[in-house]
Amino acid sequence: MTTTIYVPIDSAATSIGANAVALAIADEATKRNVEIKLVRNGSRGLLWLEPLVEVETVTGRFGYGPVTAADVAALFDEDFLTGADNGFSVGIVDEIPWLADQQRVTFARVGVIDPLDINDYEAHGGLTGLRTAIALDPSKVVEEVLASGLRGRGGAGFPAGIKWRTVLEADSDQKYVCCNADEGDSGTFADRMLMEGDPFTLIEGMAIAGIAGGATKGLIYIRSEYPDAIATMKAALLIARGCGLLGDDVLGSGKAFDITVRVGAGSYVCGEETAMLESLEGKRGMVRAKPPVPALHGLFGQPTIVNNVLTLATVPMILAQGAAAYQALGAERSRGTQVFQLAGNIARGGIVERAFGVSLKELVENYGGGTRSGRPVRSVQVGGPLGAYFSASGLEVAMDYEALIAAGGMLGHGGIVVFDDSVDMAQQARFAMEFCAKESCGKCTPCRVGSVRGVEVIDKVISDIDRTANLDLLNDLCDLMTDGSLCAMGGLTPMPVLSALRQFPEDFQK
Amino acid sequence: MTLVVTPWSPAAGEDLLDLLPADERLILPALQAVQQGFGYVPKEAVALIAVALNVSVADVHGVLTYYHELRTTAPAPITLAICVAEACQATGSRELVAHVGANLAPVGGRSDDGQVDVVEVFCLGNCALGPAALINERLVGRLTTKALESALADARAAL
Ligand SMILES: Cc1cc2nc3c(=O)[nH]c(=O)nc-3n(C[C@H](O)[C@H](O)[C@H](O)COP(=O)(O)O)c2cc1C
Ligand code: SF4
Ligand code: FES
Ligand code: FES
Repeated sequence: MTTTIYVPIDSAATSIGANAVALAIADEATKRNVEIKLVRNGSRGLLWLEPLVEVETVTGRFGYGPVTAADVAALFDEDFLTGADNGFSVGIVDEIPWLADQQRVTFARVGVIDPLDINDYEAHGGLTGLRTAIALDPSKVVEEVLASGLRGRGGAGFPAGIKWRTVLEADSDQKYVCCNADEGDSGTFADRMLMEGDPFTLIEGMAIAGIAGGATKGLIYIRSEYPDAIATMKAALLIARGCGLLGDDVLGSGKAFDITVRVGAGSYVCGEETAMLESLEGKRGMVRAKPPVPALHGLFGQPTIVNNVLTLATVPMILAQGAAAYQALGAERSRGTQVFQLAGNIARGGIVERAFGVSLKELVENYGGGTRSGRPVRSVQVGGPLGAYFSASGLEVAMDYEALIAAGGMLGHGGIVVFDDSVDMAQQARFAMEFCAKESCGKCTPCRVGSVRGVEVIDKVISDIDRTANLDLLNDLCDLMTDGSLCAMGGLTPMPVLSALRQFPEDFQK
Repeated sequence: MTLVVTPWSPAAGEDLLDLLPADERLILPALQAVQQGFGYVPKEAVALIAVALNVSVADVHGVLTYYHELRTTAPAPITLAICVAEACQATGSRELVAHVGANLAPVGGRSDDGQVDVVEVFCLGNCALGPAALINERLVGRLTTKALESALADARAAL
């Protein structure tokens, strides 16, 4: 009998040895003359257990982790092929409470299927959403997306359906769907894991967007720092074209849609949608003033749906299972699920997909298990480099768009970065300004010059030069950047700075 | 991230630009293609691209100087891109950068043997398993100084 074994090919897993584990398993199986089928799946998102090896058994997929190549012979000796309990076993993976408690919608297939096997994809519910969309009038597809309450997962949280409707109603010979896969925020990796683990979901979501908005061309803008995601997406696109999921007649609908991958060149601000469009046009990634909005005046001046990877990848599930099912999840005006990413100094990091409204404390403590170093949690940054720092005593906040804003923060792309008590918050504030200085597109002075001044002023505060006056100056500078910047790069850099100042004043008084 | 396939010559540059697909006859993709083909963007390529795409030299130069990753000199065979963003700071990237600076080369520098360029990068999408780095196209995680040295040794052995 052939046993199916899963070893993730996700780059987080391979970054700590999953490829060596897969090779060792193949070698050992040959040596022992046992027949196995080795599947390189995406990661299940329990990154602290990686490399996590799974074995298909009659009772479910049995997990072993973390495993190194050196452990593989022992795994065979200790009968992992039959799902035996041994020193490495973590039980049936689906039953691990960390995973069992989650509400996987966007990430339902990630880590479960072979990322590049379209039959496996279909067997797990893939293409149902697109088939549903094809059977509907485009305006009905837009209505479904609107009714689901789905908001943009890239950071701004704008309702996806409204954007789509604007594009549908715009009159043009050529419209576009541009997927924002620039994922520049520190502490975020969900876009990458989805593209590496379930690329057809993104393709299907983009095809639905194309049909709904009347666009025939799609582009995915992937950051160059993600070589594996780029390779997987390109391979998936070839397969999708080969089987008629893309092309002149998408799944027999009579409608054309195709997608190409474009690669970034190391610029954080190119994740801002208008800078991304400039970059897709081959230019400098300078932010455009809005209006006009991209939905009306986007790529090459044409109506364009711009959405984040997770936004688009959630659409197939919404079409397949109905808007009501998605809308039923969540809190207040944040509907559905959010793919939270637990990162930094955290004991159990990875992907936690839960309905909006779960508390930051639950994510950091119950799922995250505190710090990896074992020291106390001191600070948590939510929402990337432009997001606020929370103190260990401020973790009660509910994770939804509005509640976070009320607490002085923002959800961003859902990244959560934990720091232990060795962190120096004055250095973190300085870094926020330094990052802005390095990544500013340079269009407006408060951002371009203000951030450089911000670094200088914080340096003076740190070295106790006219500390009181410089702290005042820093506050003024932050006000100016908040009010006078064209985009959130300059406009939100004060958020991490001021939140650090407010909650950790002692770090600025050393 | 660079694989040098051909030594630069204007003729080779022109051949490469001819191969650009119609929808990528744009400045950034052209520069990226040149960098991928030759490892960097030679000065002469700027004018070639301007002619091939019918744009001004100033426009090409503007794009070339905007993006952190585009370079105008040949890279070392190995590029070590160390993540210095927040999640990796939380797990020791500052100490790692200091160690690399003292023992190999500072950020922005090249090792004495000319084999390794050290650059900084803001996030590699491996933020739960930091500190992270990209060695050419290989992502490595949970780096200690020892793990980094062994990953670099692998990269040198693969040259
Ligand atoms: C400086 C800056 C960086 C951004 N980076 C990203 C990014 O990497 N990925 C992303 O999807 N959105 C990013 N955004 C948000 C985009 O501008 C835009 O809101 C988003 O792509 C729209 O898609 P959504 O509605 O599906 O979220 C960024 C915004 C700013 C101001
Ligand atoms: S705020 Fe900064 S990044 Fe945004 S447009 Fe102005 S200069 Fe560019
Ligand atoms: S940018 Fe030089 S004068 Fe305006
Ligand atoms: S912050 Fe280092 S990999 Fe994301």
